[in-house]
Amino acid sequence: MTVIDELFARTRSENRAALVGYLPSGFPTKEQSIRAIRAMVEGGVDLVEIGLPYSDPVMDGPVIQAAAEQALAAGARTNDVFDVVEATAATGVPTVVMTYWNPVERHGVERFAADLAAAGGSGLITPDLIPDEAGEWIDASAAHDLDRVFLVAPSSTDERLAMTVEAASGFVYATAVMGVTGAREQTSSLGEQLVARVRAVSDKPVGVGLGVSNGTQAHEIAAYADAVIVGSALVRCLLDAPDEAAGIDAIRALANDLRAGVERS
Amino acid sequence: MNQPQPAYSQPDTTGHFGRFGGRFMPEALVAPLDELDRAWIEAKADPAFTAELDRMLREYANVPSPLYEAHRFSEAAGARILLKREDLNHTGAHKIRNVIGQALLAKRIGKPRAIAETGAGQHGVASATACAYLDLQCTVYMGEVDTERQALNVARMKMLGAEVVSVTSGSRTLKDAINEALRDWVASVDTTSYLFGTAAGPHPFPSMVRDLTRGIGDEARAQCLTLDGRLPDAAVACVGGGSNAIGLFTAFIDDPDVRLVGIEAGGDGVESGRHAATITGGDVGVLHGARSFLLQDEDGQTLESHSISAGLDYPGVGPEHSFLADTGRASYVPATDAEAMSAFDLLCKTEGIIPAIESAHALAGALRLAEELGPDSTILVNLSGRGDKDVHTAAEYFGLIDDPVVLEEGEQL
Repeated sequence: MTVIDELFARTRSENRAALVGYLPSGFPTKEQSIRAIRAMVEGGVDLVEIGLPYSDPVMDGPVIQAAAEQALAAGARTNDVFDVVEATAATGVPTVVMTYWNPVERHGVERFAADLAAAGGSGLITPDLIPDEAGEWIDASAAHDLDRVFLVAPSSTDERLAMTVEAASGFVYATAVMGVTGAREQTSSLGEQLVARVRAVSDKPVGVGLGVSNGTQAHEIAAYADAVIVGSALVRCLLDAPDEAAGIDAIRALANDLRAGVERS
Repeated sequence: MNQPQPAYSQPDTTGHFGRFGGRFMPEALVAPLDELDRAWIEAKADPAFTAELDRMLREYANVPSPLYEAHRFSEAAGARILLKREDLNHTGAHKIRNVIGQALLAKRIGKPRAIAETGAGQHGVASATACAYLDLQCTVYMGEVDTERQALNVARMKMLGAEVVSVTSGSRTLKDAINEALRDWVASVDTTSYLFGTAAGPHPFPSMVRDLTRGIGDEARAQCLTLDGRLPDAAVACVGGGSNAIGLFTAFIDDPDVRLVGIEAGGDGVESGRHAATITGGDVGVLHGARSFLLQDEDGQTLESHSISAGLDYPGVGPEHSFLADTGRASYVPATDAEAMSAFDLLCKTEGIIPAIESAHALAGALRLAEELGPDSTILVNLSGRGDKDVHTAAEYFGLIDDPVVLEEGEQL
């Protein structure tokens, strides 16, 4: 069992969904991103996704784009993400990296897997890598006991969905809307249908993301999913804050609200 | 001895040209890309569709384009130069072939809205044109930097009824316009077709765009045989994303005696780091849905490209070109801004043809090749577009605009 498997065994026994929080590495600086992630964990996040800033984030809306641009402009490097992973994993929560594929390929797939495992990371979420193209990553992740979180979408055919779920480990990332990342006023009914389709082929945990920004939405999703994934709303806390302390307070408060949402029965 | 080679057949069914191509895309777009692949395979096998497309190209786009023997340019070059006159097509470039085909496919599969990205604006204008012609709603994404340097093309697109979205993210150029178009598409794919402007991107775009532009080479090959009874010694085209080059090369791939040469945008010179010569100066990686050569830093972040030609100013290249470079079937060399502009000037003065600055790169490559191959050789050059859109850039480059005197602050006459 990986630490992610253990987390979902525990949250399932507690009859609640896990809370997954995303923040980018190196935004606004490496040290500040570590402090923000710690606040998110203190606020109640069960699993941390660390974003690797990338120049061409086609799956991301304006908030995460802006954070990635600022991080890169401030000099964020691939190797920084392993330091952030190490600091995050030291808090005791399972830690994964969410990254577009080219930085991994450029670093070397095997080397990336080795560096991630050495830093205490648990796996990768790969928004633009489908299992069809993932042979090298599947081998490297197996060799280093890392989880492979692939995405399924409302548009996935039954055949693709079954194939993707089969190739995934840790959990399956269900993108609840057709669109890019970013907080939305209402969560979509597509998420529940998509989770049901995954359940029909597998008992692997399913996390639902895209558009979640508050405890009420988290509560709605927690009713049918194993994990509620929140990204842009957390990043926005940092983007909007007048100073670091205010941003960190906002992140802790939002994580608290979201955690209460997934625990409410 | 001389075993017959198996005919060239790329890509495989999942869009791989050897180690290049494929689909590095969000899962949400994979099923729609599969649908598009199937729709294109069916459409190109449907005689009613191909007859309709041929009719539109002939009656509306002015295709086939002529092959023209450029006598005075040849004299200056020191070899015989044949120009494939894609500059005479409707909207002024080869792009119309691709976009009419994709727009007709969009009609066939019943999607009322089309989106496109554009760099220089040529593909955007072609898309806006095809959408007006075929009654599709059209949105064009264009980097803010490009909307400023190609303001006339922005106006053209708007005249044709398209909405033009100025993209302010990232480097605010073509690659960011593609990102923004993909973001639109992932949210709108049920009703929207993405008219991709070059032979790059995820499968099936590279092979579909090739299928739609290969008429350039098919026509030119037949025209050369009619004119000379033989094939040219070399076929030369400029390469940004690579749609006009793959359109020219495809017909000749199984003719081993025809050299295929792609001319990349060398900008200030590859050694300066300010260029768009992706194959010459880049490394293999993944960008915009495909594995290919690209300009990237040591962390895999995309680097900004530089070229006087907005249409070649792209840090990636279509995967089939990477494959042809890898196998050695085609070679790719850069021409600098200065070489391209010198060839631009020569074509203007010797033939009375103002080429697109993109195509001037192919002319510069042909001039270099002429020195190597000598006076008995015949070089086919794809004159992929006309230079009307570049008049301002070229006039500035050659110092032909008498700017009013601008005084620095505090300066006096």
